[in-house]
Amino acid sequence: MSTEGKDVTYREAINQALREEMIRDESVFLMGEDIGHFEGAFKVTKGLLAEFGEKRVVDTPITEAGFTGLCVGAAMAGLRPVVEIMTVNFALVAMDQIVSNASKIHYMFGGQVDVPMVIRMPGGAGHQLSAQHSHSLDAMFAHVPGLKVCVPSTPEDAKGLLKTAIRDDDPVIVLESEGLYGKKGPVGGEDHLVPFGQAVVRRPGRDCTIVATSRMVWVALAAAEQLAAQGVEAEVIDPRTYRPLDLDTLAESVRRTSRAVVVDEGWPECGIAANLAAHLYESCFDWLDAPIGRVNSADVPMPYAKNLEQAAIPQPADVVAAVMATLAREVPR
Amino acid sequence: MSTSPPPIPPPEEMREIFRTMTLIRRFEERAAEEYMAGRIGGFLHLAIGEEAAIVGTVSALRPDDPLTSTYREHGQALARGTDPRAIMAELLGRETGICRGRGGSMHLMDVQRAFYGGYGIVGGAVPLALGLAWAARYRETEQVSVTMFGEGAANQGVVSECFNMAGLWDLPIVFLILNNQYGMGTPVERAAAMDDFFPRAAAYDIESWKVDGMDVLAVRAALSEAARLAREERRPACVELLAYRYRGHSMSDPDTVRAAEEKERWKARDPLITFERVLLGEGILDAEGVAAMQAEVDTVVDDATAFAQESPEVPVADLADYVYAEPWNDAARASALVRP
Ligand SMILES: Cc1ncc(C[n+]2csc(CCOP(=O)(O)OP(=O)(O)O)c2C)c(N)n1
Ligand SMILES: [Mg+2]
Repeated sequence: MSTEGKDVTYREAINQALREEMIRDESVFLMGEDIGHFEGAFKVTKGLLAEFGEKRVVDTPITEAGFTGLCVGAAMAGLRPVVEIMTVNFALVAMDQIVSNASKIHYMFGGQVDVPMVIRMPGGAGHQLSAQHSHSLDAMFAHVPGLKVCVPSTPEDAKGLLKTAIRDDDPVIVLESEGLYGKKGPVGGEDHLVPFGQAVVRRPGRDCTIVATSRMVWVALAAAEQLAAQGVEAEVIDPRTYRPLDLDTLAESVRRTSRAVVVDEGWPECGIAANLAAHLYESCFDWLDAPIGRVNSADVPMPYAKNLEQAAIPQPADVVAAVMATLAREVPR
Repeated sequence: MSTSPPPIPPPEEMREIFRTMTLIRRFEERAAEEYMAGRIGGFLHLAIGEEAAIVGTVSALRPDDPLTSTYREHGQALARGTDPRAIMAELLGRETGICRGRGGSMHLMDVQRAFYGGYGIVGGAVPLALGLAWAARYRETEQVSVTMFGEGAANQGVVSECFNMAGLWDLPIVFLILNNQYGMGTPVERAAAMDDFFPRAAAYDIESWKVDGMDVLAVRAALSEAARLAREERRPACVELLAYRYRGHSMSDPDTVRAAEEKERWKARDPLITFERVLLGEGILDAEGVAAMQAEVDTVVDDATAFAQESPEVPVADLADYVYAEPWNDAARASALVRP
């Protein structure tokens, strides 16, 4: 039953990747809270317990530190665990296993063992889940050498990046977006892998480069649409992986447009946008006509009240304003 | 723990217990309606069915005993006497809410009533409760810290860490494991090595036992004894309450995992109905008295809902308030408010 070419949701795309890789490789198994009988808090693992059984689709107690560490150990023994942490917020409980064990073991022991595991989890705000359930912690994972970090924004990338992640011999963090699970788009077939470290241009333009990741790609595209109506052609680029990072594609664009705005859903201080802006300053300083703009969530814990939450997370209007600020020295044509 | 029937509190207290249980039930039913109408967002976790566990616990404590809970905590706040208006306004995200619209349903707190909050990370509040117990002993007060968490949370490593520290340092804490037999869609038998949870605390030299969490007087008696141990003998205690939540995990859970027959079996032991029978049997209330009490509670809930709906929204300009103890008018605040 191939859905190649047909539009599927981001959620189904991930499900396809899991299923195909489990069929392809016996050593792949899934572990997480409520992923089997309940089929996942976001129903990503629908049907997988029925198809693969309890040996390979494992419901765990609420013990993120324990089962994440267990999977690091299983990976050291050559299995290929795919961990689902229900949301990125709960990964903080498992952070020690991710940062002190998973990312370090290959290096610290002189390359003797690989840790071929995947940890997938959704994050992001926008559903009034308040301060403890709305995190975008991309920067925390991207900070760590030894991890690879993916941020799919489309169904096609959700599938292709996850398949690449499962076949990769290093620990890979896949940061999904709660707000994108229902998003539809085409996906590739069984052999379609999206390589790590290859950014993609989501919309070409000549006036300003907007670098955005995950759900912010869609916010940036909405902003680009509004800008076009004002005669400003923004180029939207999606890096797709933070580690490895395709700086070449980003820099090539910025050298062409001479302006850049970076958008990410995390906090501004020491964040993804700050880091990408630093890279672009280093590689494109002589080409820039304006300071690089950053658009982030407000520097506050996420509030519950809807109006406050909407004010705290990046909106297309914020991106439009940031792009216009880079153009302010010149009247747009 | 003796098996003799729990002592019957004085009539006035019996009526008050029943009123609080009724208030929690009606308040949460109304909250569900507000959620369906789109006025409450985010997650809404209802404790309908668990009223005996909540009110039995709170009624056994002193008003200044610090209490902590999970995201399923409207009842704890109501039982502690928080104004229902301030709770409903919090659920609607209004400036008049008990946490000024910042926390929402999962994060109520009323520090003036020693309700130290509802927390969203499973197991995450248990060490806080230990810290509140630590502070009580440090200051040589007579307070006992009481923390309510689910049987699912009991599987988190940090809970075992806390059992050990409480046992090691003899801290005045009562661990209350509200075993409603499910953590989201996962029943106990697929998440825990043993059916009972209280023996885990017992393994750390903590006095521990299990009671019927649907029987408010049994809960109250157990908590009175547990609090006495902690207060007078300065020893930690752990009580496991066997109970059941009638609704899904939250309003967004269609609750398809649990069998209808199982739900009916538990609803037949409904804590409000069984306690009402006790009150009628003891002649503490008659049928008219019950109806009058329910009508009074309904007016309280109506009033709270109207108050919340009419309350002003939180001013967006105040987005960065409360990030730090002292208002901090520098870069951090500015970057929160001013976009490029
Ligand atoms: C660390 C962490 N992991 C997972 C979750 C998601 N989650 C929220 S409630 C819950 C079930 C908790 O069950 P239990 O402790 O029994 O409490 P109950 O909801 O039954 O009252 C889960 C898995 C979370 N909030 N925090
Ligand atoms: Mg439970």
